[in-house]
Amino acid sequence: MALARALAFFLFAVTLAGAAPAPAAAQGVDPHAIVQKFGGKQSFEATEGVIGELAATGDPSVAGALRALGEGELYWRDSDQAVFIVHGRDDPATLLDPITGEPAGTAPQSSLTKVRIKNSIRNAISDALAGLTLRAKDPAVRLNAAETLFSEADAQGIAALDAAIAAETVPAVRQKMEESRAAAVLRSDRPSEEKVEAVKVLQHRGDRAALNVLNSLSASSADPVLHRAAQAGAAAIESTIAFWNQAQNVWYGLSLGSVLLLAAIGLAITFGVMGVINMAHGEMVMLGAYTTFVVQELIRANAPGLFDWSLVIALPLAFLVSGLVGLAVERCIIRFLYGRPLETLLATFGVSLILQQGVRTLFGPTNRQVGNPGWMSGAFDVGLMSVTWNRLWIIVFALVVFAVLLLILNRTPMGLQMRAVTQNRRMAAAMGIRTPWVDALTFALGSGIAGIAGVALSQIDNVSPNLGQGYIIDSFMVVVFGGVGNLWGTLVGAMSLGILNKSLEPYAGAVLGKIVVLVLLILFIQKRPRGLFALKGRFVDA
Amino acid sequence: MIFARHLGARVWILVAVLVAAAILVPAANLWLPASHPLHVPNYLVPLLGKYVCYALLALALDLVWGYVGILSLGHGAFFALGGYAMGMYLMRQIGGRGVYGNPLLPDFMVFLNWKELPWYWYGFDHFAFAALMVLLVPGLLAFVFGYFAFRSRVTGVYLSIITQAMTYALLLAFFRNDMGFGGNNGLTDFKDILGFPIAARSTRAALFAASCAALVAGVLVVGAVTRSKLGKLMIAVRDAESRTRFLGWRAEHVKLFAFTLSAVMAGVAGALYVPQVGIINPGEFAPVNSIEVVIWAAVGGRGTLLGPVIGALLVNWGKSYFTAAWPEGWLFMLGGLFVVVTLLLPRGIVGTFDHGWDALRLRRRARLAERGGSSGATDAVPNPAE
Repeated sequence: MALARALAFFLFAVTLAGAAPAPAAAQGVDPHAIVQKFGGKQSFEATEGVIGELAATGDPSVAGALRALGEGELYWRDSDQAVFIVHGRDDPATLLDPITGEPAGTAPQSSLTKVRIKNSIRNAISDALAGLTLRAKDPAVRLNAAETLFSEADAQGIAALDAAIAAETVPAVRQKMEESRAAAVLRSDRPSEEKVEAVKVLQHRGDRAALNVLNSLSASSADPVLHRAAQAGAAAIESTIAFWNQAQNVWYGLSLGSVLLLAAIGLAITFGVMGVINMAHGEMVMLGAYTTFVVQELIRANAPGLFDWSLVIALPLAFLVSGLVGLAVERCIIRFLYGRPLETLLATFGVSLILQQGVRTLFGPTNRQVGNPGWMSGAFDVGLMSVTWNRLWIIVFALVVFAVLLLILNRTPMGLQMRAVTQNRRMAAAMGIRTPWVDALTFALGSGIAGIAGVALSQIDNVSPNLGQGYIIDSFMVVVFGGVGNLWGTLVGAMSLGILNKSLEPYAGAVLGKIVVLVLLILFIQKRPRGLFALKGRFVDA
Repeated sequence: MIFARHLGARVWILVAVLVAAAILVPAANLWLPASHPLHVPNYLVPLLGKYVCYALLALALDLVWGYVGILSLGHGAFFALGGYAMGMYLMRQIGGRGVYGNPLLPDFMVFLNWKELPWYWYGFDHFAFAALMVLLVPGLLAFVFGYFAFRSRVTGVYLSIITQAMTYALLLAFFRNDMGFGGNNGLTDFKDILGFPIAARSTRAALFAASCAALVAGVLVVGAVTRSKLGKLMIAVRDAESRTRFLGWRAEHVKLFAFTLSAVMAGVAGALYVPQVGIINPGEFAPVNSIEVVIWAAVGGRGTLLGPVIGALLVNWGKSYFTAAWPEGWLFMLGGLFVVVTLLLPRGIVGTFDHGWDALRLRRRARLAERGGSSGATDAVPNPAE
């Protein structure tokens, strides 16, 4: 594994080296001549010696030959013992120069002999490769090399690391090198004082790899001072890791919470204003996701350059598509069921079945591929936790949607009317608010928001006709938990359910965690039947 | 006698039809030659038996929804629990005839490398104990769930949602292998029931007859309950819960009784369903299944005894027919059914028929009264179910 990694880094280094000619000639050693020493029958010791010679050149251009040797692709020709790289098992084989990688003619397989290696030689190769990369031009390559050495370097590696540290100018890389050197010191038989210093360096590093080194040290060390230092260091690292684990759980929880928020917020408005549960809400989310899919297909076919903008283009369209479907559902079905919430629930469930089957008929039952634009993919590290860009953007997006909705509800005439109808429908009607009109717009708005939630969810979930079903029950739970008529309730409900879910997962597992959350919610409803943020009022039958 | 009159002639006709079916269908399957035009083919017997179980489930839901106004979206859970209790009995009957030949442990436990039977499987080798559990487990769950929910006055859509959450939680739980109920494969490969081979024609015929008998019992029980004083109270709670409470009745007790009785009936339906289809798995807990039960009752007419039975038979026959004839279209039709029934046929088939009949009778009486001048139309017309 480590070997593969070192090789992968090296591939990178080689391409760099190819761009900038190596300083081999300046040092007066011809790597080509050394590589030729692999030719002819010889002992493993001799092969290892040649590897050492190659490593000593410090010339990145020998990496290709070392890598080929590690993968068993280095051959010598029987006639003149010249050494070549041969990929694959074509006959006649295409010969490549071991240093430049240029084609050097062909030869029948039978005239070639493989340079034999064994595991200890593989280790020597990976050490040599890592040592070479410590002096690469690109700081990223040096950083990777230092990182690789952390788990591998021992007493022999210290000298190379010392030299590299002395020459290093980039602070971050130098720190990594020093950490790797500390790990190497701990594996060597240097004096205890030096080792205690090294323990401190590792403790400062504070991740799982450092913990492994310290744990093995405290298990093997006979010196009480060193033993105690290692134990203290390991304990300190463990608490750091525990902290970051907790942080990671909270982060996952926030991420899940923002997804729940997006899915539930539209539901919360329609439920709050109209008192109806829209079972087709999940399908509005699904329509939004499919709108994204269609937009991306059109962009791929007509204007590939716009791909990074596909989500931005899909947002208003998804809002429109889902909003219009919602408006149609309200005008054609729900308004006739006013005052009968249970019937509305059933009718909208029927609508959800029709929409699902409609999408299945149009787009097929399988998952559809929705791509991530460049700015949505990848991840970065914060401390010991990794943060993916798409999750981060979805959290930001959910909060933006929340803020916009809050503005609409609190600062626009339509929002005022919606709030009035939520609080007291008949009084609002008596004050001249056209409640059917408010109902229709609310339903369209709620559905539209579900649509843009679908755009976001298309980035992290499978886009299939069943997309909506996965979210509908969770969204209900959020709304019921948070209470209706108050967006803050939805926010708090979504985030606390998300975090609770993800904090339970490490202990109980994903499924059991979810069951526990559901049971807790059922119990919670007993205590507060109208949710966390219930509307105050004097109702007998709400 | 009074009870008999209260139920009305239609219910007795239904009972008579069911009794006739319980005798004639097995007879036509077992004793008529295959060439006879009235011969009931082998595949049809368990299929009809399945429908009858569904009808009992729909009737159970109708008791709480049609008569007490509680829209439970979790009745599939009680059905499935009853089914699992029966499934556990059938699993134990396999004994050493499983693939692994373990005399004590069902195959899936051997497969999971379990060494002994979990405690909650004890006793299920006796039919009487399993039958008791069929009644007790769904009943107890409904009692505990209902006790808390009704006491804190969770009503309307909130109640619907938490019943859905309940069945969803059970769905997730039964999918887990560690639960000891066979994980997502569920319980299957049954061999025999009460010593009779489960796939034999005569056993299937007997199971069908038993299902019909259970449905008859269900109709009579629901009829007796709803026609009693308690039944009046149920309808009062349905139509004006707060007012009933203000008049001094304990609405939550009424609801709790109906909910628990209904869950027990659903459990019985599930227990009869499992040996006829030969498998029970967590899919039965899926929230969608529970909602489908609602549409059966709605199509037939809720708040009636006849409606849920007719609705369940009709919709499921349609499902069997169309999923074979036009698989793409079935979900469109089911969805459309939800919309059309709630919009245009809120009383269901039976309710609409009654309504039309009552309107007709009213008009005729009015005409008579006009002609005769006497006030013959004073007796109250029964309030159509709403």
